[in-house]
Amino acid sequence: MNIVVCVKYVPDSTADRRFEDDLTVDRVGVDGLLSELDEYAVEQALQFREKRDGEDITVTVLTVGPEKAVDAARKALQMGADKAVHVVDEAIAGSDYVATSLVLAKAVEKIRETEGSVDLVVCGMASTDGVGSVVPAMLSERLGLPQVTLASVVESQGDQVRIKRDNEGSTEVVGATLPIVLSVTDQSGEARYPSFKGIMAAKKKPLETYSLADLGVDAGQVGLSVAWTQVEDAAARPPRTAGEIVTDEDGSGADALVGFLASKKFI
Amino acid sequence: MSEVLVVVDHADGEVKKPTYELLTIARRLGEPAAVFFGSPDKADAVAEKVKRYGAAKVYVVDDAQIKGFLVAPKAEALQQLAEQAQPSAVLLPSSYENKEVAGRLAIKLGSGVITDAVDVEPGEGGPVTTQSVFAGNYTVRAKVTQGTPIITVKPNSAAPEEAEGAGTVEAFSATISDAARGAQVVASQPRQSTGRPELTEAAIVVSGGRGTGGDFAPVEGFADSLGAAVGASRAAVDSGWMPHAYQVGQTGKTVSPQLYVANGISGAIQHRAGMQTSKTIVAVNKDPEAPIFELVDFGVVGDLHAVLPAATEKVNERKG
Ligand SMILES: Cc1cc2nc3c(=O)[nH]c(=O)nc-3n(C[C@H](O)[C@H](O)[C@H](O)COP(=O)(O)OP(=O)(O)OC[C@H]3O[C@@H](n4cnc5c(N)ncnc54)[C@H](O)[C@@H]3O)c2cc1C
Ligand SMILES: Cc1cc2nc3c(=O)[nH]c(=O)nc-3n(C[C@H](O)[C@H](O)[C@H](O)COP(=O)(O)OP(=O)(O)OC[C@H]3O[C@@H](n4cnc5c(N)ncnc54)[C@H](O)[C@@H]3O)c2cc1C
Repeated sequence: MNIVVCVKYVPDSTADRRFEDDLTVDRVGVDGLLSELDEYAVEQALQFREKRDGEDITVTVLTVGPEKAVDAARKALQMGADKAVHVVDEAIAGSDYVATSLVLAKAVEKIRETEGSVDLVVCGMASTDGVGSVVPAMLSERLGLPQVTLASVVESQGDQVRIKRDNEGSTEVVGATLPIVLSVTDQSGEARYPSFKGIMAAKKKPLETYSLADLGVDAGQVGLSVAWTQVEDAAARPPRTAGEIVTDEDGSGADALVGFLASKKFI
Repeated sequence: MSEVLVVVDHADGEVKKPTYELLTIARRLGEPAAVFFGSPDKADAVAEKVKRYGAAKVYVVDDAQIKGFLVAPKAEALQQLAEQAQPSAVLLPSSYENKEVAGRLAIKLGSGVITDAVDVEPGEGGPVTTQSVFAGNYTVRAKVTQGTPIITVKPNSAAPEEAEGAGTVEAFSATISDAARGAQVVASQPRQSTGRPELTEAAIVVSGGRGTGGDFAPVEGFADSLGAAVGASRAAVDSGWMPHAYQVGQTGKTVSPQLYVANGISGAIQHRAGMQTSKTIVAVNKDPEAPIFELVDFGVVGDLHAVLPAATEKVNERKG
């Protein structure tokens, strides 16, 4: 059985994230890392394998991004994934959802070709930079596989998968038959840290690099210049003007708070 | 004038406020046509509601074959409707589910998609959206340059304005493929209603964090005095004090109320991502150095267990 985990390399959300002059995200000047939310996807893939003792399961991590994105793939290998695929091509820079999902889908197909099958594609619930939460659904659309998204609990037996998810007004149980595209939330269980052994082992694990040409994607189909969405401008939000801060002494805080709310007509 | 499809946000035919916000926005772009996925016997009641906000048409898509499956059937139905109606744009209320519907629809229609817009204005060559990104630190304006613009819009992005529309009901029958029914909802447990306003729609949100120490009574009491929704930080959710549905932030709900009151919440970037666009921000925190105070219009340095009950009493007194 083959599992593919999609992981994204993102600028550190605690750093000062910014845009380039061409209005794409600065992915080089700001420190990057494996999107924290994709660690949950790696974790669930590894648990899926561990629960199926005796089955031959290969976990391949897939990342699409600049040279440095290989760090995201490495971290996943250190956590315990078996192989990595990094799609890197100048032409991909500035891609929107439509183009990103196309490249990911073609890469999954390529992995299917080399490994013989892809039974499960695992994604995070959102990247921590774009925060679209749309790529897994689009990947499912492109691959023609059922989408089983936003799982907080994942269970499986044979080729049956059952998940629990929080919907707008309800908690749902959803069932599907492999192969599927799965996305998991940060409620699905803490991700493991790479062990020393894992870090050493990762150095010897296979890491494949593909260009768009390797995937059979025409460079004219992706990237900033052909994106189907176009950013017109990006402006830093003006810093909020410093508010009034009072220190509570014997109930004065509650008085001041209620006074403020009343002055703003909230009461 | 060309049609602008607006997907109706409702619970069992009970139309929700974001629908009216979207219809108001749609009127800037063209002629709004509401799309109601639901039971046909609720259609007339829904039409009565949405026509008051300018819906010229109400497409009714019977969801009997749709609601038992995740996302894919809805996207298929919308594709078929869009191919028939040839709208100039498709607007959906931003929710995890609708964003996924929008993403799939974009591929089906060969169109660009923009998610989580906080404003949409007509522009040369199509609608121009505003998004609030990087945890609210940047404002980005963008547009779709290919196909039919598909845009998901966050709650509270416009003040609903009434305008009479014809509200002509039209049944649309979609053909759902077997392939779209791959992920089946086998059980669904509705969350119990709290009687409080819905978190994402509320005008006022009062939240609690780790600083509550697990006792949410002061937070809930203050919320109720203001008629507010209750929210929570991830720390409070992870501690098991509040269900995940209450979580505000990057991996919970994004809220953009008139007033946000953060109690015992430090103000981590992931929490800010879910509340930074609130109009007025207030915090109660015992640590004067807490980062949340960088955001506030008004802050009280103090123990929430003392400040909130006293404030609740005063608010209730004022209301008489
Ligand atoms: C602030 C901001 C706003 C944006 N708004 C839009 C918009 O409105 N419309 C639009 O078309 N584009 C938009 N983009 C561009 C979009 O974010 C990129 O196309 C991005 O590559 C994919 O979207 P995401 O990061 O939001 O993914 P999400 O849909 O949030 O990603 C979910 C999961 O998909 C997988 N995944 C996503 N990207 C990759 C990758 N590169 N490699 C491996 N796995 C991946 C991961 O498992 C991830 O957890 C925006 C970008 C930014 C930074
Ligand atoms: C990928 C990722 C996603 C995340 N998503 C989210 C998200 O969606 N939402 C979210 O909230 N967080 C999220 N987080 C977690 C976030 O980083 C913080 O850990 C979290 O917001 C902290 O919650 P808190 O402010 O309640 O707790 P703390 O940071 O522990 O702050 C508690 C505060 O309470 C104050 N306090 C203590 N006692 C009292 C008292 N008696 N009276 C008044 N004040 C008191 C303290 O001074 C302190 O400032 C995410 C993290 C990651 C890595």
